[in-house]
Amino acid sequence: MTAISTTTARVRAGGKRRPRRPRNVVAHLFLGALIVYFLIPLWWLIVASSKDTTGLFSGSGALWFDGGIHYLSNLEQMFTYQGGIYLRWIGNSLLYAIAGGVGATVVAVLAGYGFAKFVFPGRDFMFSVLLGSVMVPLTALVIPTFILFSDLKLTDTIWSVILPSLLSPFGVYLMRVYIADAVPNELLDAARVDGAGEFRTFVSVALPLLRPIVVTVLLLSVVASWNNYFLPLAMLSDSNLFPVTVGIGVWEGLATANNGGGHAIWSIIILGSLVSIVPLIIAFLSLQKYWQGGLSVGSLK
Amino acid sequence: MTEVLSASRAVARPGARRRTPGQRKEVRRQALIGWLFITPFALVFLLFLVAPLAYAFYLSLFTKGLATGTEFAWFSNYLQAFTDPAFLGGVGFVLRFVLVLIPIQMLVSLAAALVLDAITNRFARFARLMIFLPYAVPAVIGALMWGFLYSPSFGPLQQLFDVFGAQAPFLLSPDNVFSGLVNVVTWQWAGYYMIIIYAALQGIDSSVYEAARIDGANAWQLAFRVKVPLVANSLVLILVFALIGTLQFFTEPAILRPIANGSISASFTPNIYAYTVAFSYAQFNYASAISFALGFIVFICVFVFLFATRKRGSIFA
Repeated sequence: MTAISTTTARVRAGGKRRPRRPRNVVAHLFLGALIVYFLIPLWWLIVASSKDTTGLFSGSGALWFDGGIHYLSNLEQMFTYQGGIYLRWIGNSLLYAIAGGVGATVVAVLAGYGFAKFVFPGRDFMFSVLLGSVMVPLTALVIPTFILFSDLKLTDTIWSVILPSLLSPFGVYLMRVYIADAVPNELLDAARVDGAGEFRTFVSVALPLLRPIVVTVLLLSVVASWNNYFLPLAMLSDSNLFPVTVGIGVWEGLATANNGGGHAIWSIIILGSLVSIVPLIIAFLSLQKYWQGGLSVGSLK
Repeated sequence: MTEVLSASRAVARPGARRRTPGQRKEVRRQALIGWLFITPFALVFLLFLVAPLAYAFYLSLFTKGLATGTEFAWFSNYLQAFTDPAFLGGVGFVLRFVLVLIPIQMLVSLAAALVLDAITNRFARFARLMIFLPYAVPAVIGALMWGFLYSPSFGPLQQLFDVFGAQAPFLLSPDNVFSGLVNVVTWQWAGYYMIIIYAALQGIDSSVYEAARIDGANAWQLAFRVKVPLVANSLVLILVFALIGTLQFFTEPAILRPIANGSISASFTPNIYAYTVAFSYAQFNYASAISFALGFIVFICVFVFLFATRKRGSIFA
């Protein structure tokens, strides 16, 4: 068995390497150009964060460091500006992303399991409604949800940002497709025969098989919450509750509104942007072996 | 998708044969447990999708006048929206934007995925991650970075043109803001779409390639006659995502607005307009109508698109 799979692996690798010399140069140049294009803004961000305000506006090379490296003084300025509110924004973003992401994933894995492994009246209808709702643009829900929440006195609280993030019809769809294939019914039946309850069967038999899809849906929903701008912008007016995306948008508005004094905060806006993207980039790089497998699920079916 | 549905149905069938009372009880128990697993999602769905939409629709049927107060007005808000040049202008913009942006995005992500599928070395793996990286960057930050790069006062574009003593085009000026935004959105999303296509390409059984090679297909034919048709489902999925995302365009123009010197108006896209109407003018009835009308337009566009591509099969087919 192992022998067979290694030979097929070798055949496959060999087959892939075949169209070699002439195309490879062009292909590598193409990839190189793409890398440059996709990295230039990030490179600029790293370089520009090192400059103080004068360096930023001095007209020296925008894509290279100038004489002074001011990371530390910029960091200090950023973390103390407006009473250190930046740290609070990062904390809020973490809270919203983790609470919303974990919540949405738990809801989705339960529903996906229910759809994939049980038969009940109304199941197919429910699932069609769910697929239809994937087509409803989520931002079209923001203002209606805001109006509903403001009548319930829920706006300007953390719940107004976390609760709507729990909705992830696409996550449920991914879960259902994956669970239908990855969890054999025989295995579940065996656990039931052994006397395990339904919830126990789910947690100890099905869930361990679902790690790739759980990580994928978790990452997708964490990213969606972390990156969300429209929802918190509409819901929140207390700047102590802002996530970092809204906060930086506010600073940008400040900087453009009063050009004279505003110049001073461009350097902390740029550094703030850099710091705010670090956590997700680390999460993606460290978890890549899980999500790269999970992402293929939705498209293979 | 159909396969999955029919497969799970086939599994369910045995219970549908002649049932003894014990089996019937078992079927009812299964149904109850199935519902229990769905319940949290059903609640979230009702509270945060159905309820806001229903409430917004209800509100959109009223008008609020200073003198008259709130009164029931049937569909007059919708009549107003579909004759409102500000709303129609925004809708026209996002439709034009979709027509230009989506082919570019598809081309970039498909080309990148095909090349990455054909080359397997460390450089290609590195390239794959770097192309995907912008997905992890919030749209707010992505838009800000490009706004800085476009900036005449400290962006590299102007410095490049300075070498030749020329004036760089300001990509946020009224004439250029369209292409400036196309670039920002392509940068932000092409990597994510690339990964989805790439994952589908990796899932193709290599025996298909052998067969094509025996038939004498060259590399280009292999790519466009074999690989692309086999990943058609993921292309449709991506197109739907791109369509939904672009029609509700908000974050990037909203962030670039303060530094665009007036080329991005308060009714630039339908969502920006809805936001302005709700939060600057406090006309929540009209804002509800705009949100609802926008959701309806998106739904229709996606539906028409899926109908047009239904033969290829998609997640909704």
